[in-house]
Amino acid sequence: MWLVVAATFFTFYFGFIQIRGFSHAIKLVKGDYSDPNDAGEVSHFQALTTALSGTVGLGNIAGVAVAVGIGGPGATFWMILAGLLGMASKFTECTLGVKYRNEYPDGSVSGGPMYYMSKGFAERGLPGGKFLAVLFSIFCILGALGGGNMFQANQAHAQIAGIVGDFPGFITGIIFAGVVFAVIVGGIKSIANVTEKVVPFMGVLYVGAALIILLVNYDKIGWAFGQIFEGAFTGLGVAGGFVGALIQGFKRAAFSNEAGVGSAAIAHSAVRTKEPITEGYVSLLEPFIDTVVICTMTALVITISGILVMNPETGQFLLNDAGTSIRTVGDVSGVSLTSAAFATGFSWFPYVLAVAVILFAFSTMISWSYYGLKAWTYLFGEGKTQELTFKIIFCIFIVIGASASLGPVIDFSDAAIFAMAVVNIFALYFLMPIVKRELASYIKRLNAGEFKVFKH
Amino acid sequence: MTTKLLIGLDGHGSGERALAYAARMAELIGKCELLVVYVIEWSPFSFQTAEENAERHKRREEEIATATKRVIDPAIAKLEKSGLKAKGVVRHGDVAETISRIADEEKADQIIVSRSSEGGFSKRIFGSSTSNLVMGANVPVTVVN
Repeated sequence: MWLVVAATFFTFYFGFIQIRGFSHAIKLVKGDYSDPNDAGEVSHFQALTTALSGTVGLGNIAGVAVAVGIGGPGATFWMILAGLLGMASKFTECTLGVKYRNEYPDGSVSGGPMYYMSKGFAERGLPGGKFLAVLFSIFCILGALGGGNMFQANQAHAQIAGIVGDFPGFITGIIFAGVVFAVIVGGIKSIANVTEKVVPFMGVLYVGAALIILLVNYDKIGWAFGQIFEGAFTGLGVAGGFVGALIQGFKRAAFSNEAGVGSAAIAHSAVRTKEPITEGYVSLLEPFIDTVVICTMTALVITISGILVMNPETGQFLLNDAGTSIRTVGDVSGVSLTSAAFATGFSWFPYVLAVAVILFAFSTMISWSYYGLKAWTYLFGEGKTQELTFKIIFCIFIVIGASASLGPVIDFSDAAIFAMAVVNIFALYFLMPIVKRELASYIKRLNAGEFKVFKH
Repeated sequence: MTTKLLIGLDGHGSGERALAYAARMAELIGKCELLVVYVIEWSPFSFQTAEENAERHKRREEEIATATKRVIDPAIAKLEKSGLKAKGVVRHGDVAETISRIADEEKADQIIVSRSSEGGFSKRIFGSSTSNLVMGANVPVTVVN
């Protein structure tokens, strides 16, 4: 809720930047404003896709299923709304992330909320920046271990178990931990490289499959949207009613696109640009792709599939025996629900989904291990020993996450990510005039034609 | 008037042939300026990890330094030994596009490249940088065998 209030506030404060800046953002990603002589540096496209690989993950597949499973199709509406508003939060934090990053003499960069909190507050003459930065770093580490790690491991295990039958979670956990360990500690870049290259195709495949299912059931799309809108405001037959749908939608959207959480600011800050605001523009696209496109696809497929059990007479969803969520065919939840929904379209899809889930989980873990590491080194200083300590803790949590059940894992993840968001947004309120100034000056120069458009 | 020749090197043996040919041409023409170019293949649309991104700037500098030391410097030394005026450029980007753009920027009169020695499988499908350059360049291109 806190996130959505803030996102709404930023939306108004920056005058609907997500609508006004959308086409400019696409131009930036296409490289229209990139000087060819800077080729070889991190491009906007790369910063965006790297950040996306951290956010497009199980939040889009499993998180949505959790939201729809508890809040009904109506939760989708609130999720999309939160995604659209979240674009403004993302814009704010990523601009600041680039503006206040640290550039080391050897040319490597580190950025993120902890840097803009301490430097930005000092610049505005406000006290407490350092304290917020430390607080954020602590929560960021917890978030990395929770949402960026345990939740991913947990759902990856759920999907594998759904196919090969039940087996103890720690086995999946140990395998995952081993591979992650090899990459982040052993520096076996090739595995990470392969994943980074395969994940985008998995994303395309996932959306493609969702589109085909929707096309085949095109007659039901109208009905599904009807369900989404109706459910959004009435929430009948849903655990928690109207408020349940709303909260679930908002929560899962925030969890999936991380707008306002601060994590993306770490990933975006590596871009090479003279204008920090350009990365803000580019980052607008992230919640859009993540939530408005991908999450909506998942939600539509689940709604259309009929996995959610409806009372044929009243048209309302039936609750499960405990009354905590909607009854589903085969009593599935989380990623298994998505899997079952896709299986109604393609019976073999759970296998593809399993591969996708494993890869998504893996790439999200790698990204978050980096975010967590940045926070960790911010607290304890850079150094081999400190880094190794964090990496080992990270791997241990993979095993814990895979063995635990979904409920506690999701609660812990939510709490950690929420804590990050609280601190981050608190800081954003104080720092947003800086972004506004940057934006005004940039737009003025942009309109004056000061930025050359390069032909490619 | 000075004639400007742009020599595209690929860092392999075949580049030497382009260099030798350009040196001979320069001697024949007389007043001649040589521009030795090496392009590091790079796409802004590749996918990278967060860690790679953070270190990208450093890597880029390293790549340019290595290319200058291994490819450009020896080439220039060789040309200067035969009394020619030469300048080196290292850039990132698509090979054909970048060479063609540098030729435009520097107002080169001719581009000299060598036919790449390795004709791998991927080149059968996507075409080689050399043929892309021949098709796309705005100045005459000489391809040395």
